[in-house]
Amino acid sequence: MNFATPRAIMNLRLLASAACASLLLCSCSDSLVRVKPYERGNLANPLMDNGRDPLLLAMTQHAYFSREAAFGGGGVGGGGCGCN
Amino acid sequence: MKHTLLLALACLGLGAAHAAEPKTGSALPALGGLLPGAPLPKTAGKVVLVDFWASWCAPCKASFVTLSRLHQKYASKGLVIIGIGVDDEAADHQAFAAKNKAPFTLVHDSQHKAAGFFNPPTMPSSYLVDRKGVIRHIHKGFKGAKTEAEYVAEIEALLAE
Repeated sequence: MNFATPRAIMNLRLLASAACASLLLCSCSDSLVRVKPYERGNLANPLMDNGRDPLLLAMTQHAYFSREAAFGGGGVGGGGCGCN
Repeated sequence: MKHTLLLALACLGLGAAHAAEPKTGSALPALGGLLPGAPLPKTAGKVVLVDFWASWCAPCKASFVTLSRLHQKYASKGLVIIGIGVDDEAADHQAFAAKNKAPFTLVHDSQHKAAGFFNPPTMPSSYLVDRKGVIRHIHKGFKGAKTEAEYVAEIEALLAE
């Protein structure tokens, strides 16, 4: 195989670029995408908690169970009558 | 080929940025540069405990009781505690500081310059520095009496050096 042809050189360049790009993206995934521990003020806000209102949570779960009873609702069993 | 080289340099640059964060054995950076205008105490020749906290972090609140106790016990022997708050809002920082009445120095890292440099792995995180300015211990999180016992043993050893 001849590595000195223009086509082979172009292929090598593409390969080197792809390798560098994958390295670059690997670095980005850690430094840019993840929320740092000291930036989690909004996530720690009680308003972000799904279960902050027990009554609302119970009603939502009941509606979910009734709607999805055909495959057992939120649990593992269930006959599928939807009669709760 | 030029573009390939540029990409390679960018990769190296990002790698270097990750490598810069302080580790055990590295020197404590000049806090004055990371917290411009903050009223920082003199730390030369002292054992320093740098603690990152936030008002929304429950273990941070628990750790303040321990840090206050450590300050009362060891400040006269050469311990300096600096609490760096990382709240986005200055009002949250001040309200937490007023409520908890810490006897040690509290500063607000509003721009996250210090937090960005130290890159604390969890909240709270603290860095224990010896009299020569070298980071000797890094504490991730606060686990009550267990962490307090570790603090006491490490601080007493560093003060005795």
